[in-house]
Amino acid sequence: MKIQTRDLEARHRAFRSADDRAFEGLSLEIGAGEQVAIIGPSGAGKTTLLEVLACAMKPVSGSLLLDGRDPWQLSTAELQRLRGTLFLAPQVPPLPPRQRVVTAVLAGRLPTMSLLASLRSLLVPSDLPGARAALERFDLAEKLFERVDRLSGGERQRVGLARTLMSPASLWLIDEPLSSLDPARLQQALQALVESARERGATLVTTLHQVDAALAFFPRVIGLRKGKLAFDLPSAAVTPQALNDLYETSSDEAHNAGASRGLPAHASVSITTMHCR
Amino acid sequence: MDRGESIRDPATASRLFLILAGLVLLWPLLKATEFRPWALFEADSVQATVRFLGSFWPIAVEPDFLRLVARETWRTVAMATAAISLALVLAIPLSLIAARVLSLSALTGTMSRVPFLIRRLIHGVLILLRSIPELVWALVFVRVVGLGPTAGVLAIALTYTGMLGKVYTEILESTDPHASRALLRTGSSRTQTFFYALLPTCAAELISYTVYRWECAIRSSVVLGFVGAGGLGQEMDNSMKMFAGAEVATLLLVFIGLVALADRASATIRRIIE
Amino acid sequence: MRAQTWAVLIDLPCLIVSSFATIDLQWQSFVSLQALSSMGRFVGEFVPPETSPEFLHKVIVGAWETLAMSILGTLLAALLGIFLAVPASQHQRDGTGWTRTPVQWVLNALRAVPELVWASLLLISAGLGPFAGTLALALHTAGVLGRLYAEALENAPSGPALALKAQGVGSGRVFFYATLPTVLPQIMSYTLYRWENNIRAAAVLGVVGAGGLGQLLAFHLGLFQMHKTATVLLGMIVMVVCVDALSHQLRKVLT
Repeated sequence: MKIQTRDLEARHRAFRSADDRAFEGLSLEIGAGEQVAIIGPSGAGKTTLLEVLACAMKPVSGSLLLDGRDPWQLSTAELQRLRGTLFLAPQVPPLPPRQRVVTAVLAGRLPTMSLLASLRSLLVPSDLPGARAALERFDLAEKLFERVDRLSGGERQRVGLARTLMSPASLWLIDEPLSSLDPARLQQALQALVESARERGATLVTTLHQVDAALAFFPRVIGLRKGKLAFDLPSAAVTPQALNDLYETSSDEAHNAGASRGLPAHASVSITTMHCR
Repeated sequence: MDRGESIRDPATASRLFLILAGLVLLWPLLKATEFRPWALFEADSVQATVRFLGSFWPIAVEPDFLRLVARETWRTVAMATAAISLALVLAIPLSLIAARVLSLSALTGTMSRVPFLIRRLIHGVLILLRSIPELVWALVFVRVVGLGPTAGVLAIALTYTGMLGKVYTEILESTDPHASRALLRTGSSRTQTFFYALLPTCAAELISYTVYRWECAIRSSVVLGFVGAGGLGQEMDNSMKMFAGAEVATLLLVFIGLVALADRASATIRRIIE
Repeated sequence: MRAQTWAVLIDLPCLIVSSFATIDLQWQSFVSLQALSSMGRFVGEFVPPETSPEFLHKVIVGAWETLAMSILGTLLAALLGIFLAVPASQHQRDGTGWTRTPVQWVLNALRAVPELVWASLLLISAGLGPFAGTLALALHTAGVLGRLYAEALENAPSGPALALKAQGVGSGRVFFYATLPTVLPQIMSYTLYRWENNIRAAAVLGVVGAGGLGQLLAFHLGLFQMHKTATVLLGMIVMVVCVDALSHQLRKVLT
């Protein structure tokens, strides 16, 4: 799916005033099948951007075109159909605690299932080999019949990723897919995600805190800082200075404040330890 | 674990079994309760229903009747309040005895035989009181003390003693025993311990449950009226036996209003306590 | 808040005192020596309870009828309750929130009318017998459970449901795949707890003609057949205690 935005602006989900902005002035173009990582400090508006691209939130102004169509001009039925062709994976896996992994994973396929088939699948899961294969990509095949609340945080996150594989979507919007994974799993999960997206020809847009992983696995990186586009470059062209500027903790703000209070400016954050949590 | 195409869902067998078992059990249940929903739509039943519902409108609003309704409403509320007060008076000492938190012998390890047996006995009495529906008590008491609110008050008081007593005991036992044990160890009497250690912590929960039960008691009072305990329930029974639909309608509305009021009052009191 | 607290502190004792004053409790009818001895005699008539096989058979049939009434009534109430809880828990944000107030009103009306009153009303449509009792239990309990379920639905975490909605999944399937699995343990707990109450209610509905042990009780008590009444009472107590224990166990296992 192709994404085109121009001067896109949106509010936070829980906004308090009319001029609250999660991000503004974003103009991007992401081609079909491209793989992009979005990086930036906390509060930069990355999650809100994914939600707007997923048509889960209406932008305040600006234009958003998915495959050349403005989703908010479509009829409700057409919008629902469009939503079935994209997949938003939130940072906290949206899995009901007592559901079994097999049902949670197969739920990704609901947009293609009739009402009767989906209800029948609750009793007798409809595609056991498919669910197993998706879980196997993330090294979780043996947890097929486990209950979600019996899994660790990292395992639940991988179930959320396996659900992405099961969906019929051509646009994958993944929010922080690695936040609960231990370092040994990071590589494997990201590898599986990127390879599956390539096999399916799906457009993959991911937000990441792990900058080195973003640079290693994604050909294109977008930097977001305080709701504005910092850079949009091929990963080979991202300089340490650009990263420094991106993650610097509001030094100019501290400068002005410090000038009146005599406080020192903050030091810039080192690039290699990018786990901003 | 299986590989390839032959993956079996371990839950399918038990699910199918449960569904079959449920269906097998459903049939005798339907038979035992003479479940015939189509009977509701038979000609004479529909006619009777329509006639009865039709007599609801216009509702009875003659001043004499309304005065009677007002008097009986007050009677119902008074019955419930008196009953709950009696139940409180009985339940509090029983629950204090039954609560293990106040056990002196348990301070130094396990409880000794006699206090343990006494506690078990009181538990049993409370469970017994709470298992017998108040209507049954009312039926029996009406034979002993005659028709009227006395039978109703006694019946509700007994059943609710069981309910209040059991829940009070549970509330007392679920508090952290640290404070009470400390006081008991330094020689305070059990009553003192209750007032200084247990009551401050549990008061809100105790009062909240009691107020909720007061609301239930109002509904019980109406039900008991059907067996002769007076109040709104008795008037409703009388009116229904005479097929006076208009009066039944007024009584129902008044009753629903009363329950709503009691609900609001109880919510307010509980909010004040928090 | 202070004024309200004072109001409560003054009203409450007044209410209690005036309640006792108005009721005209016949203290002498059960506190005097004569009353106590006549009560003692009365209680004595209950012993020994009737244990002839034919009568025991009748009591067991009545107990089974009562049990069936309570189970079927609670089941129907749970289904009706869920059906009503969904519109009763909608939030205004969607624009579909208009159903909340009217449906809550319906639930409150169902809940306010006690089972016995429902039973006597339903006797006209459903005739004498346990059918009216089952329906009465179902209607009243649907009001109670519907409100509890609606609260559970409103307090349920919305993550799973929102994720499915973002995929364009229809609201029916969102309910079965996301919302219901999240609140199912609570729903089962409430339903089983209500069953404990309903077995008591079912036992007495027979007094107005709705079958079960209640009908037996009213019949034999009316004829002053105290031995048989005693057996029926014992049957009631045994059933209530068993159902309480079973419900307690099931709740531990399922939730």
